Amino acid sequence: MDIRTIIAGVFLGIGCFFIIVTAIGIVRFPDFYSRLHPAGKTDTVGQAFVLIGLMIYEGFSLISVKLLIIIVFIFIASPTATHAVAQAAFLKGIIPWKKKEKS
Amino acid sequence: MSFLITTIAMFSFWILLSGEFTFILITSGVVSSLIVAYLSHDIFIGKADIKSETGRVFRFFRYLPWLLWQIILCNVEIAYLVLNPKPLVDPQLVRFKPDLKTDLGIVTLAHSITLTPGTVTVEATREEFVIHAIWQKSAEGIIDGEMQRKVKKIEGDVMEIEGEKSV
Repeated sequence: MDIRTIIAGVFLGIGCFFIIVTAIGIVRFPDFYSRLHPAGKTDTVGQAFVLIGLMIYEGFSLISVKLLIIIVFIFIASPTATHAVAQAAFLKGIIPWKKKEKS
Repeated sequence: MSFLITTIAMFSFWILLSGEFTFILITSGVVSSLIVAYLSHDIFIGKADIKSETGRVFRFFRYLPWLLWQIILCNVEIAYLVLNPKPLVDPQLVRFKPDLKTDLGIVTLAHSITLTPGTVTVEATREEFVIHAIWQKSAEGIIDGEMQRKVKKIEGDVMEIEGEKSV
């Protein structure tokens, strides 16, 4: 097996790990705002790792440049969308969940 | 001038995406980048001062590696919070006033905050930033304000550009 294939596989594995963590986090976290944290960020990095793995597998060519462009667009678009959703909720008046004080 | 720069940028992007050099593709690329540049060159470049903008872009690229490293740290932290069997989540809202002058600075700071350790920008204006932090540690990181100093460095020492509206 090629060494490049192994490195690409490792990157794909890390990416998949982050995406699974995202899914678990969305289920586990208590309220709307804290669910945005895994959904908006861990997701982005998971996709980025998967695409970097594909870039390494592909080698330096026009396709890997296009994958890089996709990564850049995701990195710009994902925080914007997260912010838009969070701001909409904030303006609507959703109150963030607070941890109860231990008595 | 701005028309020319926009045309060149559009055409190089066309070549990057197509990657072929047949006559018909090159011709249609030239024609469409001319049309796009004619329609949008005042948005893409506008009246911006090219010299100071170039400096800003270079400083932005110097800022990127630090940001990427922070993003990776952030995600390890979130993964730790998600996978930890104890409920460690302790969310809170943090408010602070940004010390930035340009729209570029505000957008960069808001994006960076959303992408890095446990924080999401809820509201971003010139007057006030509202940040949702997932636990105490990340709220302290925001109050510390290291990121804002770095973003301020990107901005450089510019006067506020006239006609720029608040975000």
